[in-house]
Amino acid sequence: MTTRERVPAVEGWFTTSEPYTLIGGKCPTCGTYVFPPRSGACPNPGCDATELEPTPLSRRGRIWSYTENHYAPPPPFVAPDPFEPYALAAVELEEEGLVILGQVAKGIMAADLRIGMAVEVDLQVLCTDADGQETWIWTWAPVADEEEGA
Amino acid sequence: MSSDRDLVVLGAGMHPWGKWGRNFVEYGLVAAREALADADVAWRDIEFVAGADTIRNGYPGFVSGSTFSQALGWTGAQISSSYAACASGAQALQSARAQLLAGFGEVAMVIGADTTPKGFFAPVGGERKEDPDWQRFHLLGATNPSFFALNARRRIDVFGDTTDDFAMVKVKNSQAGAANPYARFRKEFSLEDFASSPIVSDPLRLLDVCATSDGAAALIICTPEYARRKLGSLEGTVRIKAVANTTPTYPQIRLELPDIATDSQAVVGPPASGFKDSIARNAYEQAGLGPEDLSCAEVYDLSTALELDWYENLGLCAEGEGAKLVRDGTTALGGRVPVNPSGGLSSFGEAIPAQAIAQICELTWQLQGRRPGHQVEGATVGLAINQGLFGHGSCTIVAT
Ligand SMILES: [Zn+2]
Repeated sequence: MTTRERVPAVEGWFTTSEPYTLIGGKCPTCGTYVFPPRSGACPNPGCDATELEPTPLSRRGRIWSYTENHYAPPPPFVAPDPFEPYALAAVELEEEGLVILGQVAKGIMAADLRIGMAVEVDLQVLCTDADGQETWIWTWAPVADEEEGA
Repeated sequence: MSSDRDLVVLGAGMHPWGKWGRNFVEYGLVAAREALADADVAWRDIEFVAGADTIRNGYPGFVSGSTFSQALGWTGAQISSSYAACASGAQALQSARAQLLAGFGEVAMVIGADTTPKGFFAPVGGERKEDPDWQRFHLLGATNPSFFALNARRRIDVFGDTTDDFAMVKVKNSQAGAANPYARFRKEFSLEDFASSPIVSDPLRLLDVCATSDGAAALIICTPEYARRKLGSLEGTVRIKAVANTTPTYPQIRLELPDIATDSQAVVGPPASGFKDSIARNAYEQAGLGPEDLSCAEVYDLSTALELDWYENLGLCAEGEGAKLVRDGTTALGGRVPVNPSGGLSSFGEAIPAQAIAQICELTWQLQGRRPGHQVEGATVGLAINQGLFGHGSCTIVAT
């Protein structure tokens, strides 16, 4: 049996092989970052740049806030049946000065999280279609906190 | 203090909020006729119709100005249609206000109505991979309550708020809403009711988040000259002192619905005041008034915790101190500055394009002393504030 290709839920937002990273945009003129990646204009109103260069973002960040959904979100979310609650975390990347929302790695719930906790980008299956093709998404997964010297 | 730029709210009308699934135009007609009767103005005399749009009701919802005009009978009036999600009503009001202040007419109708589906709001249909609203649902299942919950969690962990503080907002608003004939939910909730309310998005329970509703609201606004001719004087009239429709300032560093990420603060530092603070500040500056002048306020309590944020954003207290105001009764009926004397969204539910207009209806009636059972005694200045998706901050101040 061959390993299926990991199809990203959205092309160009994250890598699907290690090291897993989110891919943002960086302005070549003023150096500001964006996520998701985009083109057309730098969001800094004081900057005239029209293109942003794709750039890997920091793999680690700290939780800014988090929640846990107990009801299945409506489509286009593809909810498993039966629905299992899952957590979301908004994570602050220090170097890029960005807060990015993501699902939390499966099985890790709100009670396991706290604001300021160190997390890292990981991947998991978002949904599987009728042919068994898996679509993948980035997640935030807790990691040992180097700063706290744990 | 009044100026020639302060338009007059001549009439206000609503269709009660609820869930009937009828055509939104039906609701709008009821609100329009009530507002016209309240103003004692004939439909034929309305020179400008400003519709607040809804995207859930097919093409007529996108062009609500003409939809309501046709329903009431074409008169050849000037029209506009405005979409700004929850701020649609405020943008319609601003459209009518600008038209009258520019001298292109003397009397206008502002109107919005909605019919909503059951359950969570969802993005417009189809596979729309470029649409941030589609993205947040498909990739993350980040519903509106998910965003409210991220905010509520920050309040708990950073400011020390408790889920009981959030519940007290609902208890307070349900007491006011129980006396309001336009409110959908007329039941007074207790703290005990929360224990049996299921978690939707931790830490928020079903009773913490507002429902989706059908509803409609309409206003008749006019120039001071028109009002003087009609009423003999401006004595006791409700005047529009400010309408501020504000965007965020880069970088927007609070994660706001429906975005997956904030702006970066790596290169440009955060602005002097955050988005939600700037919405109120712009209106205060326009009106020449401040938080100390408010008799009451209608704020967008999409969640109980969000109402506490607004206390701070309005300048009623310092950041992080919002829970104190609900604990000590400052924002309850009879308190120093009642917030959501209508019962708020927690008693109404969301009828998106109608809601910002309904806030002004409530304030108008409060300032006229016409709210038996939930009247703010001696109210002279009222503020309404809300925030529409994708950076539409709206704030209106009315005063006698
Ligand atoms: Zn730039």
